[in-house]
Amino acid sequence: MRGNIRFIDMQKRIMACVVILSFVGLMAACSSGPPYEEPKVIKWASLDSLMNHDTEKLRVINFWATWCAPCIKELPYFEALHAESHEQVDVTLVSLDFEDEFEKRVLPFVEKRDLKARVLVLDEIDYNSWIDKVDTTWTGAIPATLIINPSNGKRKFLEKEMTQEELTALVEEMKN
Amino acid sequence: MNYITSLLVAGLLLFGGSTTDYNGLKVGDAAIDFNLRNVDGDMVSLTSNADAKGYILVFTCNTCPYSKMYEDRLIDLHNKYADQGYPVLAIQPNSSEKSPGDAYPLMQERAKDKGFPFAYVMDETQETTKAYGATNTPHVYVLNKEGSSFNVAYIGAIDNNSRDASKVTRRYVEEAVDALMADESVSTTDTKAIGCTIKWAN
Repeated sequence: MRGNIRFIDMQKRIMACVVILSFVGLMAACSSGPPYEEPKVIKWASLDSLMNHDTEKLRVINFWATWCAPCIKELPYFEALHAESHEQVDVTLVSLDFEDEFEKRVLPFVEKRDLKARVLVLDEIDYNSWIDKVDTTWTGAIPATLIINPSNGKRKFLEKEMTQEELTALVEEMKN
Repeated sequence: MNYITSLLVAGLLLFGGSTTDYNGLKVGDAAIDFNLRNVDGDMVSLTSNADAKGYILVFTCNTCPYSKMYEDRLIDLHNKYADQGYPVLAIQPNSSEKSPGDAYPLMQERAKDKGFPFAYVMDETQETTKAYGATNTPHVYVLNKEGSSFNVAYIGAIDNNSRDASKVTRRYVEEAVDALMADESVSTTDTKAIGCTIKWAN
Protein backbone atom coordinates (compact mmCIF):
# COMPACT_ATOMS: atom_id res chain seq x y z
CA MET A 1 0.00 0.00 0.00
CA ARG A 2 2.68 2.50 1.15
CA GLY A 3 4.78 1.58 -1.85
CA ASN A 4 1.91 2.29 -4.12
CA ILE A 5 1.28 5.74 -2.65
CA ARG A 6 4.95 6.57 -2.94
CA PHE A 7 4.86 5.44 -6.55
CA ILE A 8 1.89 7.73 -7.29
CA ASP A 9 3.68 10.62 -5.53
CA MET A 10 6.69 10.00 -7.67
CA GLN A 11 4.55 9.99 -10.78
CA LYS A 12 3.06 13.33 -9.75
CA ARG A 13 6.50 14.78 -9.18
CA ILE A 14 7.73 13.56 -12.53
CA MET A 15 4.64 15.00 -14.19
CA ALA A 16 5.20 18.36 -12.47
CA CYS A 17 8.81 18.35 -13.64
CA VAL A 18 7.74 17.54 -17.18
CA VAL A 19 5.19 20.37 -17.12
CA ILE A 20 7.75 22.86 -15.75
CA LEU A 21 10.43 21.74 -18.17
CA SER A 22 8.15 21.92 -21.18
CA PHE A 23 7.02 25.38 -20.10
CA VAL A 24 10.63 26.54 -19.82
CA GLY A 25 11.31 24.92 -23.18
CA LEU A 26 8.33 26.71 -24.70
CA MET A 27 9.51 30.04 -23.32
CA ALA A 28 12.95 29.45 -24.78
CA ALA A 29 11.44 28.49 -28.11
CA CYS A 30 9.28 31.62 -28.10
CA SER A 31 12.10 33.99 -27.26
CA SER A 32 14.24 32.69 -30.11
CA GLY A 33 11.37 32.72 -32.65
CA PRO A 34 10.30 35.63 -34.83
CA PRO A 35 8.51 38.44 -32.99
CA TYR A 36 4.75 38.35 -33.38
CA GLU A 37 2.65 41.43 -34.06
CA GLU A 38 -1.12 41.58 -33.66
CA PRO A 39 -2.98 42.15 -36.95
CA LYS A 40 -4.26 45.68 -37.30
CA VAL A 41 -6.00 48.12 -39.64
CA ILE A 42 -3.72 50.78 -41.12
CA LYS A 43 -3.93 53.80 -43.41
CA TRP A 44 -1.67 54.52 -46.39
CA ALA A 45 0.89 56.49 -44.33
CA SER A 46 1.77 53.38 -42.30
CA LEU A 47 2.31 51.28 -45.41
CA ASP A 48 4.30 54.08 -46.99
CA SER A 49 6.64 54.28 -44.00
CA LEU A 50 6.93 50.49 -43.94
CA MET A 51 7.95 50.50 -47.62
CA ASN A 52 10.47 53.27 -47.08
CA HIS A 53 11.74 52.19 -43.67
CA ASP A 54 15.50 52.30 -43.42
CA THR A 55 16.46 48.77 -42.48
CA GLU A 56 19.02 46.11 -43.26
CA LYS A 57 16.32 43.56 -43.90
CA LEU A 58 14.84 42.70 -47.27
CA ARG A 59 11.18 43.79 -47.26
CA VAL A 60 8.63 41.42 -48.72
CA ILE A 61 5.12 42.87 -48.94
CA ASN A 62 2.36 40.59 -50.19
CA PHE A 63 -1.08 41.96 -51.10
CA TRP A 64 -3.92 39.51 -50.50
CA ALA A 65 -7.48 39.12 -49.23
CA THR A 66 -9.41 36.43 -47.39
CA TRP A 67 -11.78 36.05 -50.37
CA CYS A 68 -8.95 35.57 -52.91
CA ALA A 69 -8.28 31.86 -53.35
CA PRO A 70 -4.94 32.11 -55.23
CA CYS A 71 -3.73 34.50 -52.52
CA ILE A 72 -4.60 32.00 -49.82
CA LYS A 73 -2.82 29.30 -51.77
CA GLU A 74 0.47 31.20 -51.71
CA LEU A 75 0.24 32.44 -48.09
CA PRO A 76 2.08 29.37 -46.70
CA TYR A 77 5.12 30.26 -48.84
CA PHE A 78 5.28 33.72 -47.25
CA GLU A 79 4.72 32.18 -43.82
CA ALA A 80 7.60 29.76 -44.42
CA LEU A 81 9.83 32.64 -45.54
CA HIS A 82 8.95 34.51 -42.36
CA ALA A 83 9.61 31.47 -40.15
CA GLU A 84 12.91 30.58 -41.75
CA SER A 85 14.42 33.93 -42.67
CA HIS A 86 12.95 36.51 -40.29
CA GLU A 87 16.43 37.69 -39.36
CA GLN A 88 17.20 38.72 -42.95
CA VAL A 89 13.71 39.18 -44.39
CA ASP A 90 10.80 41.26 -43.10
CA VAL A 91 7.50 39.80 -44.33
CA THR A 92 4.25 41.79 -44.30
CA LEU A 93 0.90 40.46 -45.48
CA VAL A 94 -1.22 43.45 -46.52
CA SER A 95 -4.87 42.45 -46.68
CA LEU A 96 -7.19 44.34 -49.00
CA ASP A 97 -10.23 43.02 -47.18
CA PHE A 98 -12.69 45.76 -46.36
CA GLU A 99 -11.96 47.48 -43.09
CA ASP A 100 -15.49 46.75 -41.78
CA GLU A 101 -14.75 43.03 -42.08
CA PHE A 102 -11.57 43.10 -40.00
CA GLU A 103 -13.12 41.46 -36.96
CA LYS A 104 -15.65 39.33 -38.78
CA ARG A 105 -13.35 37.85 -41.43
CA VAL A 106 -9.70 38.80 -41.13
CA LEU A 107 -9.05 38.05 -37.44
CA PRO A 108 -10.78 34.64 -37.52
CA PHE A 109 -8.86 33.82 -40.70
CA VAL A 110 -5.50 34.75 -39.16
CA GLU A 111 -6.34 32.66 -36.11
CA LYS A 112 -7.56 29.66 -38.08
CA ARG A 113 -4.53 29.66 -40.36
CA ASP A 114 -2.24 30.48 -37.46
CA LEU A 115 -0.49 33.20 -39.45
CA LYS A 116 2.69 34.40 -37.77
CA ALA A 117 3.90 37.01 -40.23
CA ARG A 118 2.74 40.61 -39.78
CA VAL A 119 -0.84 41.07 -41.07
CA LEU A 120 -2.05 44.58 -41.86
CA VAL A 121 -5.44 45.50 -43.32
CA LEU A 122 -5.08 48.53 -45.56
CA ASP A 123 -8.10 50.77 -45.07
CA GLU A 124 -7.84 52.85 -48.25
CA ILE A 125 -10.86 52.23 -50.49
CA ASP A 126 -9.85 54.97 -52.95
CA TYR A 127 -7.32 52.71 -54.66
CA ASN A 128 -6.44 55.24 -57.34
CA SER A 129 -5.06 57.54 -54.64
CA TRP A 130 -2.30 55.11 -53.63
CA ILE A 131 -1.94 52.18 -56.01
CA ASP A 132 0.61 53.85 -58.30
CA LYS A 133 2.77 54.59 -55.26
CA VAL A 134 3.16 50.85 -54.70
CA ASP A 135 3.92 50.30 -58.37
CA THR A 136 2.83 52.13 -61.51
CA THR A 137 2.36 48.85 -63.40
CA TRP A 138 -0.12 47.44 -60.90
CA THR A 139 -3.60 47.08 -62.45
CA GLY A 140 -5.10 46.47 -59.02
CA ALA A 141 -5.55 42.71 -59.12
CA ILE A 142 -4.28 40.42 -56.38
CA PRO A 143 -2.23 38.49 -55.45
CA ALA A 144 0.61 40.94 -55.90
CA THR A 145 3.99 41.14 -54.21
CA LEU A 146 6.51 43.94 -53.72
CA ILE A 147 10.08 43.17 -52.69
CA ILE A 148 12.40 45.96 -51.62
CA ASN A 149 16.08 45.78 -50.77
CA PRO A 150 16.62 48.95 -48.71
CA SER A 151 20.41 48.59 -48.81
CA ASN A 152 20.66 49.06 -52.58
CA GLY A 153 17.21 50.51 -53.37
CA LYS A 154 16.27 47.63 -55.65
CA ARG A 155 12.51 47.05 -56.03
CA LYS A 156 10.59 44.33 -57.75
CA PHE A 157 6.82 44.15 -58.17
CA LEU A 158 4.93 41.08 -59.36
CA GLU A 159 1.20 40.98 -60.04
CA LYS A 160 0.76 37.23 -60.09
CA GLU A 161 0.42 34.12 -58.00
CA MET A 162 3.81 32.68 -57.07
CA THR A 163 5.04 29.17 -56.44
CA GLN A 164 7.29 28.48 -53.47
CA GLU A 165 10.26 28.05 -55.84
CA GLU A 166 9.57 31.37 -57.56
CA LEU A 167 9.38 33.17 -54.22
CA THR A 168 12.59 31.59 -52.95
CA ALA A 169 14.43 32.43 -56.18
CA LEU A 170 13.14 35.99 -56.13
CA VAL A 171 14.23 36.54 -52.53
CA GLU A 172 17.70 35.22 -53.35
CA GLU A 173 17.91 37.43 -56.44
CA MET A 174 16.87 40.51 -54.47
CA LYS A 175 19.37 39.93 -51.67
CA ASN A 176 22.22 40.88 -53.98
CA MET B 1 -23.01 32.51 -45.47
CA ASN B 2 -24.17 32.94 -49.04
CA TYR B 3 -22.15 36.11 -49.30
CA ILE B 4 -19.01 34.47 -47.96
CA THR B 5 -19.47 31.46 -50.23
CA SER B 6 -19.96 33.63 -53.27
CA LEU B 7 -16.88 35.67 -52.39
CA LEU B 8 -14.82 32.53 -52.00
CA VAL B 9 -16.12 31.10 -55.23
CA ALA B 10 -15.48 34.36 -57.01
CA GLY B 11 -12.00 34.52 -55.54
CA LEU B 12 -11.36 30.99 -56.62
CA LEU B 13 -12.60 31.57 -60.11
CA LEU B 14 -11.50 35.04 -60.89
CA PHE B 15 -8.41 36.05 -59.07
CA GLY B 16 -4.89 35.11 -59.67
CA GLY B 17 -3.15 33.79 -62.66
CA SER B 18 -0.68 35.92 -64.44
CA THR B 19 -1.58 39.30 -65.76
CA THR B 20 -1.48 39.35 -69.49
CA ASP B 21 -0.34 42.52 -71.14
CA TYR B 22 -2.35 43.44 -74.18
CA ASN B 23 -1.68 46.64 -75.93
CA GLY B 24 -5.35 47.47 -76.18
CA LEU B 25 -7.01 50.81 -76.73
CA LYS B 26 -5.83 54.12 -75.32
CA VAL B 27 -7.80 57.27 -74.69
CA GLY B 28 -8.26 59.02 -78.05
CA ASP B 29 -8.22 55.79 -80.07
CA ALA B 30 -11.17 54.78 -82.22
CA ALA B 31 -13.14 52.00 -80.53
CA ILE B 32 -13.35 48.64 -82.21
CA ASP B 33 -16.83 47.44 -83.11
CA PHE B 34 -18.07 43.96 -82.29
CA ASN B 35 -21.06 41.72 -82.77
CA LEU B 36 -21.89 39.94 -79.54
CA ARG B 37 -24.92 38.06 -78.25
CA ASN B 38 -27.07 39.85 -75.71
CA VAL B 39 -28.94 38.03 -72.94
CA ASP B 40 -32.16 38.45 -74.99
CA GLY B 41 -30.59 36.48 -77.85
CA ASP B 42 -30.08 39.46 -80.17
CA MET B 43 -26.69 40.38 -81.57
CA VAL B 44 -25.43 43.79 -80.42
CA SER B 45 -22.83 46.08 -81.93
CA LEU B 46 -21.89 49.73 -81.43
CA THR B 47 -23.96 50.62 -84.48
CA SER B 48 -27.08 48.73 -83.29
CA ASN B 49 -28.31 51.80 -81.49
CA ALA B 50 -28.68 54.55 -84.08
CA ASP B 51 -29.40 57.17 -81.42
CA ALA B 52 -26.22 56.53 -79.42
CA LYS B 53 -23.91 59.54 -79.07
CA GLY B 54 -21.57 57.26 -77.22
CA TYR B 55 -21.53 54.39 -74.74
CA ILE B 56 -20.63 53.58 -71.20
CA LEU B 57 -19.01 50.31 -72.21
CA VAL B 58 -18.22 48.14 -69.21
CA PHE B 59 -16.48 44.79 -69.00
CA THR B 60 -18.19 43.12 -66.07
CA CYS B 61 -19.43 39.73 -64.98
CA ASN B 62 -21.74 37.79 -62.67
CA THR B 63 -19.21 36.47 -60.21
CA CYS B 64 -16.65 39.10 -59.25
CA PRO B 65 -17.46 40.66 -55.85
CA TYR B 66 -16.50 44.09 -57.24
CA SER B 67 -18.79 43.67 -60.24
CA LYS B 68 -21.65 42.78 -57.93
CA MET B 69 -21.04 45.86 -55.82
CA TYR B 70 -21.43 47.96 -58.96
CA GLU B 71 -24.57 46.35 -60.48
CA ASP B 72 -26.97 48.88 -58.97
CA ARG B 73 -24.67 51.75 -59.88
CA LEU B 74 -24.57 50.57 -63.51
CA ILE B 75 -28.37 50.48 -63.56
CA ASP B 76 -28.41 54.06 -62.19
CA LEU B 77 -25.87 55.20 -64.78
CA HIS B 78 -27.94 53.73 -67.59
CA ASN B 79 -31.15 55.28 -66.25
CA LYS B 80 -29.44 58.65 -66.00
CA TYR B 81 -27.61 58.72 -69.33
CA ALA B 82 -29.32 56.37 -71.83
CA ASP B 83 -31.96 58.94 -72.76
CA GLN B 84 -29.24 61.51 -73.24
CA GLY B 85 -27.50 59.27 -75.77
CA TYR B 86 -24.97 57.44 -73.57
CA PRO B 87 -26.38 54.01 -72.63
CA VAL B 88 -24.53 51.40 -70.61
CA LEU B 89 -23.40 48.40 -72.66
CA ALA B 90 -22.04 45.55 -70.52
CA ILE B 91 -19.72 42.92 -71.94
CA GLN B 92 -19.07 39.70 -70.01
CA PRO B 93 -15.42 38.85 -70.79
CA ASN B 94 -14.71 35.74 -68.71
CA SER B 95 -14.28 32.28 -70.15
CA SER B 96 -17.26 30.27 -68.90
CA GLU B 97 -14.98 27.25 -68.81
CA LYS B 98 -12.72 29.00 -66.29
CA SER B 99 -15.56 30.75 -64.55
CA PRO B 100 -18.72 28.60 -64.77
CA GLY B 101 -20.75 31.21 -62.90
CA ASP B 102 -20.35 33.49 -65.90
CA ALA B 103 -21.88 31.12 -68.45
CA TYR B 104 -24.44 32.63 -70.84
CA PRO B 105 -27.56 31.08 -69.22
CA LEU B 106 -26.41 32.43 -65.84
CA MET B 107 -25.87 35.86 -67.39
CA GLN B 108 -29.47 35.69 -68.60
CA GLU B 109 -30.59 34.74 -65.11
CA ARG B 110 -28.64 37.56 -63.47
CA ALA B 111 -29.89 40.16 -65.96
CA LYS B 112 -33.46 39.03 -65.27
CA ASP B 113 -33.06 38.96 -61.49
CA LYS B 114 -31.52 42.43 -61.40
CA GLY B 115 -33.73 43.79 -64.18
CA PHE B 116 -30.78 45.12 -66.16
CA PRO B 117 -32.14 47.90 -68.39
CA PHE B 118 -29.00 47.71 -70.56
CA ALA B 119 -27.55 45.13 -72.95
CA TYR B 120 -25.43 42.44 -71.27
CA VAL B 121 -23.51 40.61 -73.98
CA MET B 122 -21.15 37.64 -73.92
CA ASP B 123 -17.66 37.87 -75.43
CA GLU B 124 -17.47 34.16 -76.20
CA THR B 125 -14.14 34.30 -78.05
CA GLN B 126 -12.66 37.00 -75.76
CA GLU B 127 -11.42 38.73 -78.93
CA THR B 128 -13.21 41.99 -78.17
CA THR B 129 -11.89 42.02 -74.60
CA LYS B 130 -8.35 41.50 -75.87
CA ALA B 131 -8.74 44.14 -78.56
CA TYR B 132 -9.88 46.69 -75.99
CA GLY B 133 -7.16 45.67 -73.55
CA ALA B 134 -9.52 45.16 -70.63
CA THR B 135 -7.84 43.39 -67.71
CA ASN B 136 -10.21 43.54 -64.78
CA THR B 137 -13.91 43.54 -63.99
CA PRO B 138 -15.49 46.02 -63.81
CA HIS B 139 -13.43 47.93 -66.39
CA VAL B 140 -15.07 50.91 -68.11
CA TYR B 141 -14.48 52.48 -71.53
CA VAL B 142 -16.49 55.66 -72.12
CA LEU B 143 -16.96 56.08 -75.86
CA ASN B 144 -17.94 59.25 -77.69
CA LYS B 145 -19.23 59.38 -81.25
CA GLU B 146 -17.24 61.72 -83.43
CA GLY B 147 -18.28 61.62 -87.06
CA SER B 148 -18.76 57.98 -87.90
CA SER B 149 -16.44 56.56 -85.28
CA PHE B 150 -16.73 55.99 -81.56
CA ASN B 151 -13.64 57.29 -79.79
CA VAL B 152 -12.37 56.32 -76.35
CA ALA B 153 -12.75 59.25 -73.94
CA TYR B 154 -12.14 57.55 -70.61
CA ILE B 155 -10.76 54.21 -69.36
CA GLY B 156 -10.88 52.88 -65.83
CA ALA B 157 -12.96 52.64 -62.69
CA ILE B 158 -16.60 53.70 -62.26
CA ASP B 159 -15.94 55.74 -59.12
CA ASN B 160 -13.60 55.82 -56.14
CA ASN B 161 -15.43 53.70 -53.58
CA SER B 162 -16.36 50.17 -54.59
CA ARG B 163 -17.57 49.25 -51.11
CA ASP B 164 -19.92 52.09 -50.33
CA ALA B 165 -21.69 54.13 -53.01
CA SER B 166 -22.72 56.71 -50.42
CA LYS B 167 -19.08 57.54 -49.70
CA VAL B 168 -18.02 58.11 -53.28
CA THR B 169 -16.20 61.40 -53.77
CA ARG B 170 -15.15 60.97 -57.42
CA ARG B 171 -17.60 59.75 -60.07
CA TYR B 172 -15.13 59.22 -62.89
CA VAL B 173 -17.64 57.89 -65.43
CA GLU B 174 -20.25 60.57 -64.71
CA GLU B 175 -17.59 63.26 -64.84
CA ALA B 176 -16.47 62.00 -68.25
CA VAL B 177 -19.97 61.72 -69.73
CA ASP B 178 -21.02 65.10 -68.32
CA ALA B 179 -17.94 66.68 -69.91
CA LEU B 180 -18.68 65.04 -73.28
CA MET B 181 -22.29 66.21 -73.21
CA ALA B 182 -21.15 69.74 -72.39
CA ASP B 183 -18.61 69.51 -75.21
CA GLU B 184 -15.80 70.01 -72.73
CA SER B 185 -12.61 68.01 -72.40
CA VAL B 186 -12.64 65.11 -69.91
CA SER B 187 -10.39 66.04 -66.98
CA THR B 188 -9.61 62.56 -65.63
CA THR B 189 -9.18 60.28 -68.64
CA ASP B 190 -7.48 57.29 -66.98
CA THR B 191 -7.84 55.52 -63.67
CA LYS B 192 -7.13 51.97 -62.58
CA ALA B 193 -10.08 49.63 -62.78
CA ILE B 194 -9.85 47.88 -59.44
CA GLY B 195 -11.47 44.50 -59.45
CA CYS B 196 -11.07 40.89 -60.47
CA THR B 197 -8.68 39.62 -63.09
CA ILE B 198 -10.39 38.59 -66.30
CA LYS B 199 -10.31 34.80 -66.63
CA TRP B 200 -8.83 33.83 -69.96
CA ALA B 201 -9.50 30.53 -71.71
CA ASN B 202 -6.42 28.41 -72.20
